[in-house]
Amino acid sequence: MNLFVDAWLWLVDPVNWQGSGSIPVRIGEHLFYTGLAMLGAALVAIPLGWLIGHTGRGRELAVGISGAARALPTFGLLFLFVMLIGVTLRGPSTVFVLMLLAIPPILAGAYAGLEVIDRRTIDAARSMGMTEWQILWKVEVPLGLPLLIGGLRSATLQVVATVTLAAYVNLGGLGYDIVQGIQLRSYDQMLGAAILVILLALLFDALFAVLERYAVPRGVRAGRDTDVRTTPTGRRATAELTATT
Amino acid sequence: MTWVLNNLGLIIELTLVHIRLSILPIMLGFVIAIPLGWVAYRYRLTRGLILTLVGLLYTIPSLALFVILPPLLGIGFLSEANVLIALTIYAVAIMARSVAEALQSVDPDVRQAATAVGYSSWSRFWTVDFPLAGPVLLAGLRVVAVSTVSLLTVGIVVGVQSLGYLFTNGFQRGIVEEVLAGVVMTVIVALLFDGALVLLGRALMPWTRAARALPASPPRVAMA
Repeated sequence: MNLFVDAWLWLVDPVNWQGSGSIPVRIGEHLFYTGLAMLGAALVAIPLGWLIGHTGRGRELAVGISGAARALPTFGLLFLFVMLIGVTLRGPSTVFVLMLLAIPPILAGAYAGLEVIDRRTIDAARSMGMTEWQILWKVEVPLGLPLLIGGLRSATLQVVATVTLAAYVNLGGLGYDIVQGIQLRSYDQMLGAAILVILLALLFDALFAVLERYAVPRGVRAGRDTDVRTTPTGRRATAELTATT
Repeated sequence: MTWVLNNLGLIIELTLVHIRLSILPIMLGFVIAIPLGWVAYRYRLTRGLILTLVGLLYTIPSLALFVILPPLLGIGFLSEANVLIALTIYAVAIMARSVAEALQSVDPDVRQAATAVGYSSWSRFWTVDFPLAGPVLLAGLRVVAVSTVSLLTVGIVVGVQSLGYLFTNGFQRGIVEEVLAGVVMTVIVALLFDGALVLLGRALMPWTRAARALPASPPRVAMA
């Protein structure tokens, strides 16, 4: 437990909070790479996922990609791409690898969100005279939003975790303090940084959990109590929500 | 190819080590997750608690977990036990949710029928619920196996030998082939485990041979 006290002292030491390579700078780097990769991945994966979900074509592709991606060792890919694209471009190549990692879960979320919608709902929208664009924007996207956010959630967590490893290719981020701590055998530094990484991941997780909950359209939330197919957690969660509002 | 040919012995040795180290967390994760998942499935009170807890464990980045476990458990920082425990934690985190979902997927009518013909809850669990939950359990276990194999490579950062050695060593020495060999072998080991589990599933659950629908929700992907 003494080591945790040391880690705490490292975390609150003012020396570590200023200058280059300080804790805020490392957190900033971590967030920068995470944000950039997520933005890029979302721009590719969300439209593609919606296209697949809306047309129903290319379903196997989406399932195949997310299945195959799981087997890829992200740690190795990071090294491989940095070496292939060039060490001078390690920033862009790292972001590229991170994007590749983030695409499958977002794609799966975007596509699954549309896939699980009751076909009758979409048929009803079409029979009311909605154009395909209106069906997509007014029916499918809002109903699929919770699953899409779920996909964004796992993608973000994966990217946050992988950015930690990016320290190995000299990119900074909170992983830098962990890797340096391991090399220098300074336990306070690596433990302090590890705690920060964990907090960062938990923070993102909590943020997306809240978003996921509020992304459920009001009409769906209201109708859920009578829906026999909802799982016990879902029903309980909505019961709590309806009780407070 | 020259590097690969010259170092075939090293690659094979590391692959075998990788397989050996992967087996224990996968099996332990499965065994520990069964009671946990059952408690999560059975009682409404514990359901939210357990699923939230495993969800939180799952969010911890692997490198951070490798660093934080040794002082917490009082084990050696560079020991194999450290990485094995961390991987078991991830396996449990994925699998407990799968077990709960798998038990949920069993038709309640079948369960009632089993109770009606006189099964005790213990024997009903093992002879009715558990086998019928098999396909969903298998889907979860496949995710566990593949992600464990992939995550094990990160263990090299804290000095635990695996195919991850080819990544760091290849990067430091600037040998692209070495890193590539590591990536390819890791994927092959993952596919081997996956294939073995599928075959095991077919042998143990012959009734699932008939074409089955895909699992409803894609299981969450593993952390790096």
